[in-house]
Amino acid sequence: MKYFLLFFAVIMAISARSAQAQTDLIEQGKTLFRAADCAACHLSSDGQTLSGGKAFSLPFGTVYAVNITPDRETGIGAYTDEQWLRMMRTGVDRNERHLYPVMPYTSYTFLNDADTLAIKAYLFTLKPVQAKAPENRLPFPFNQRWVMTFWNWFNNPNRRMTTDPHRTPEWNRGAYLVEALGHCDQCHTPRNFMFGLSGKAYAGTVQVGWRAYNLTSDTEHGLGGWSDSELFEYLSTGYAPHRGPASGPMAEAIKNSLRYLPAEDIRAMIVYLRSIPARSNGPQRGKRVPGASGENEDVGRHIFQQACMGCHLENGAGRQSDWGALEGAHSLSDPAATNIIAVLRTGTSIKTEHGKMAMPSFTKAYTPQELTAISEYLLDHFGGIQAPIKPESFKN
Amino acid sequence: MITIRVNNESHQLDVTDDMPLLWVLRDILGLTGTKYGCGVAQCGACTIHIDGIPARACQLPVSLIGDRHITTIEAIGNTKEGARIQAAWLQNQVIQCGYCQSGQIMAATALLRDNPNPTDDDIDDAMSGNICRCGTYVRIREAIHQAANNA
Amino acid sequence: MPKPRDIGAVLNRRAFFQGSLALGGGMLLSGMIPGLPGAQADTGGVFNPNAFIRIDRSGGITLIMRHAEMGQGIYTGIAMLIAEELEVDLEQVVLEAAPADPSRYTDSAAGEEVTGGSASTRDSWLPLRQAGAAARIMLVAAAAARWNVLPKSCAAQHGQIIHVLTGRTLSYGDLAEEAALQKVPEKIILKDPSTFRLIGTSPQRLDTKPKSNGTAIFGMDVRVPGMKIGRIMASPVQGGRLISYDSVAVRAIAGVVDIITLPDVIAVIGDHSWAAIKGLEAANPQWDPGPHAAVSTKILMDDLRRASDRTGLVAKNTGDVDAALAACSHQIDAVYELPFLAHAALEPINTTLHIRPDGADVWVGTQVPVRARQEVANATGLPPEKIAIHNHVIGGGFGRRLDSGSIGQAARLAKQISYPVKLFWTREEDIQQDQFRPFYYDRISAGLNKQRRIAAWKHRTTGSYVTTRWAPEGLQNGLDTDTVDGATETPYAIPAQRNESVQCEPEGLTTLWWRGVGPTHNIFVVEGMIDELAHLAETDPLDFRRSMLGHSPRGLKVLNEAASKSGWGTPLPAGHGRGIALHYSFQTWAATVLEVRVTRDNDIRLIWADTAVDCGPIVFPDAIKAQIQGGLIFGLTMALYNEITVTNGRVDQSNFHDYRMMRINEAPDIRVHLVPDLSADIGGIGEVGTVAAAPALANAIFAATGRRLRRIPFVPQIAGKS
Repeated sequence: MKYFLLFFAVIMAISARSAQAQTDLIEQGKTLFRAADCAACHLSSDGQTLSGGKAFSLPFGTVYAVNITPDRETGIGAYTDEQWLRMMRTGVDRNERHLYPVMPYTSYTFLNDADTLAIKAYLFTLKPVQAKAPENRLPFPFNQRWVMTFWNWFNNPNRRMTTDPHRTPEWNRGAYLVEALGHCDQCHTPRNFMFGLSGKAYAGTVQVGWRAYNLTSDTEHGLGGWSDSELFEYLSTGYAPHRGPASGPMAEAIKNSLRYLPAEDIRAMIVYLRSIPARSNGPQRGKRVPGASGENEDVGRHIFQQACMGCHLENGAGRQSDWGALEGAHSLSDPAATNIIAVLRTGTSIKTEHGKMAMPSFTKAYTPQELTAISEYLLDHFGGIQAPIKPESFKN
Repeated sequence: MITIRVNNESHQLDVTDDMPLLWVLRDILGLTGTKYGCGVAQCGACTIHIDGIPARACQLPVSLIGDRHITTIEAIGNTKEGARIQAAWLQNQVIQCGYCQSGQIMAATALLRDNPNPTDDDIDDAMSGNICRCGTYVRIREAIHQAANNA
Repeated sequence: MPKPRDIGAVLNRRAFFQGSLALGGGMLLSGMIPGLPGAQADTGGVFNPNAFIRIDRSGGITLIMRHAEMGQGIYTGIAMLIAEELEVDLEQVVLEAAPADPSRYTDSAAGEEVTGGSASTRDSWLPLRQAGAAARIMLVAAAAARWNVLPKSCAAQHGQIIHVLTGRTLSYGDLAEEAALQKVPEKIILKDPSTFRLIGTSPQRLDTKPKSNGTAIFGMDVRVPGMKIGRIMASPVQGGRLISYDSVAVRAIAGVVDIITLPDVIAVIGDHSWAAIKGLEAANPQWDPGPHAAVSTKILMDDLRRASDRTGLVAKNTGDVDAALAACSHQIDAVYELPFLAHAALEPINTTLHIRPDGADVWVGTQVPVRARQEVANATGLPPEKIAIHNHVIGGGFGRRLDSGSIGQAARLAKQISYPVKLFWTREEDIQQDQFRPFYYDRISAGLNKQRRIAAWKHRTTGSYVTTRWAPEGLQNGLDTDTVDGATETPYAIPAQRNESVQCEPEGLTTLWWRGVGPTHNIFVVEGMIDELAHLAETDPLDFRRSMLGHSPRGLKVLNEAASKSGWGTPLPAGHGRGIALHYSFQTWAATVLEVRVTRDNDIRLIWADTAVDCGPIVFPDAIKAQIQGGLIFGLTMALYNEITVTNGRVDQSNFHDYRMMRINEAPDIRVHLVPDLSADIGGIGEVGTVAAAPALANAIFAATGRRLRRIPFVPQIAGKS
């Protein structure tokens, strides 16, 4: 009996420890899941589950995010650890089908085994949702998934990240966060003719209608002119004074991912970002044309006063909160007005510790001509540049 | 606990950080003169002053106020410009249904404080963020001019 | 809206005068509007000669308002009518909203206790002056009795009775008790208009001071002890059903108190609105969209277009229109279209209720208090007399609060809980769950004879019949006359005319009256077509109209006045154009000239407008001007921007970023010129301004650009968007 009790106690202790270990693993997985921003793509349209469905319009067709809840049939519930590691690193799923590289396995491939499996462990704790993603709409030859085999030869490094002994632990942590988990390059690095990442790492580019800015150390287009504290604020809250707020996909990255990162991780990312060599790549700043201001500018100003000033204030300083501050925003000196157009078309929303800050789309009540006029007014008034915007940019 | 100062009174609030000032004013402090019209800073019915600057209470999280001072329609008459605007509003019979008018008066008071002699364009600039569904715009213009002239 | 009729014959004396010592006083108190000048404590000895006046011993004079104040200034206008004859000053009276009480407050012209159809002043002009005069006669009689003098030796002024010879005075309060014992007079002689001291003047409005300092209490502002606040969301597709919601997530929101549901509605109740708003977001309700999930604007439009091929109910038929058309030398066949519209009043829908096993209190702003009470009775099973409707000033009605369905919805929710609750709709809910002004599809053909006069006119309108739902007894042989109001009786002499109306109800949407009702729809078509014909006749649009107004001297007068005040015919800068519209609606004649500029970028700028009005006798001239100014802006907003569209059964618009309101920097200057015919029947005014807006604007844009717009809204068309 005594032995039995002892045995029982030992068993209990072991199972408690393993239960604790399991809890830790899931907690770690949740942290990594956020750092990897899986929600950015896989969140359902109502924002409630990771059942996917979001459409990605790419130059070669439309691809839909899949269900990553542990539903065995339509989700990831049937994945073994081995299958999971292979999928996350080579982009080949458990049915031997090649994924399209919208899924950033070319970044996740850098993750170590433990982290990759921790993410799986976390996802397996979620409530399974039965939801089949719509079929991708791709024309030939892009609908031939086997073509991806060749693509992967060129574009997927398929290796784990190793520590660079010549760099500080902070830099190495930053590299892991930026390159592997955060997959920042997937948006911020221009793509090559194969839709793979080009050699111009972090030089900035336009993705799904939004400009992802240059993250290199270039002082004009990149982060060279930003102070560490500006970068810290921007990455952790989505706003930095005189830099404007994050919007669109970057606001979502902050909402779903970056704002949860511990301060030392954000600092590590900054250290790493600082080490990216400068590339002078970015929109050419337009010039002010004296006296060119016309009637359209008047329309732009009028509409800005009606519909925009309530949040942004005439001087762009933001009325109710910093997230309404336009002043200094990158988007205002882009003569193509890519992000101004995008935000007016689709709206944007960011979650902060003070609640949700959101801007709606304005295309239903305002005409393309009027939205063009606002955009031109914004560029002129805040960016000091004059650039003609095409009304077609606002047509669907 | 969040402390805010409204109309020269301090209030301790047990509310979440994200609660917009609008609901604090209306539902907790009982200051219902500040109206809910749209909730997205498009109509201006919830305009209040924060350190004298007009802001939309529906989009102002209470945790962002800090020690800045809130003035609402209930107390704007204690200011010189506010009293002049209110008087001009009545004299010109601006008000119809009145639901937007707290916000209109708050916006107009701020304008007059910044610019004692506004032109029609200045008035348009300052007042375009405030919707009036009854269409009292013609009289709002007249009343602001009158309030300016009565300085 | 019920069609206003002549009010001369409709005064129902027995229902009207209920002279009695104030047993009803306590009940009347329940209609008090907090924030507006309030009611005095009722301590007995009250003089309550009829349903509209209460004078207590301390001298408090309370006037009871059976019409809702929603910005139109009716509280002041009606108070003026009573006070004029009662011989009191406006400063001496306090106002109180009438309770729901069909036996006392039925507007005999309208047939129910209702505010709408620009009818309030018309329906009050005679009876409420009589109510004041009757009370005055009884007060005089009481004073004469006290002094033992002849009544005709006494005069009433400023709330006192004076014995003229001796200069003795008694205040109305002093006389309250004795006046109540006087016989209700059989014969009431009203003051001669030449002796009016209030009617025809523009006093300070009685409702606006509290609205200028935040103390007016709209329905949205009601606070009752122990009250919680709930946000309502109904199925986004009409006829849908609530399937599920995340109650765990809702309960996790700080301040959430309850979740209550109906088959098609969910409401989250909290300690404050924010808890309710966030709670409902967290609820993430899932809906079975039901049978109308596929409805779209295109489907509704196709239905209308098909229905418009049918022969409709004939509303007017003079001459042989087909033969006359065939004989015309010139002809225009046109289709005019008017979209679904939301009311978008600035105060969203809300109802505060306390429903108890033995009765209920309801605080709400409504245009139809008796219907509101019946809704609550139907929802709760309580007898109507146990339900008190406390009516409040309304933050914009425009027809929206003629429907009481939202009050029934609130009652079905509130009866599930025991505490008082304010239930409100967000702006998004208010726009998407509105009952919309119907889409109208109008086919019209008209022709000119060799003298370039209109010889034939054929107009068929197709759209929803609001009357079928709202007041089926008002249909005339199946015809909803509102659909042809303004179309059958034009100001112009037209020898052969046929008007038809086809009913076509939109699937998945409910329709309702909207400011200007029938005339806002039909005058756009008629005055647009008249302008088209003037152009076809190569005649100035003003001269063309003048030539057909031989039998409408009042029409000619307002037309000439608007034209001359606007400088019609004087040269304009390039890009500018003037448009004119004339109409007779709500028993009022009005003509509007609007000047616009259309820029090279196709931006429409409104420069200014002149409206000339003849609404017969004038009660409150400044309020008339205000209603024309505001009404015109209301109509111009619609004409430029507004359209409710539907995709997959859901309304696409949701808030002011996608359902656009005119702003001050777009508003024209508006001058109003009163040219009253004092001998005419008194006309309505609240909707008159709105009626002229779209046709005057369409005609002005044509003058500026040569582009004829037959479909509302204009801005997307001018900008080439659609």
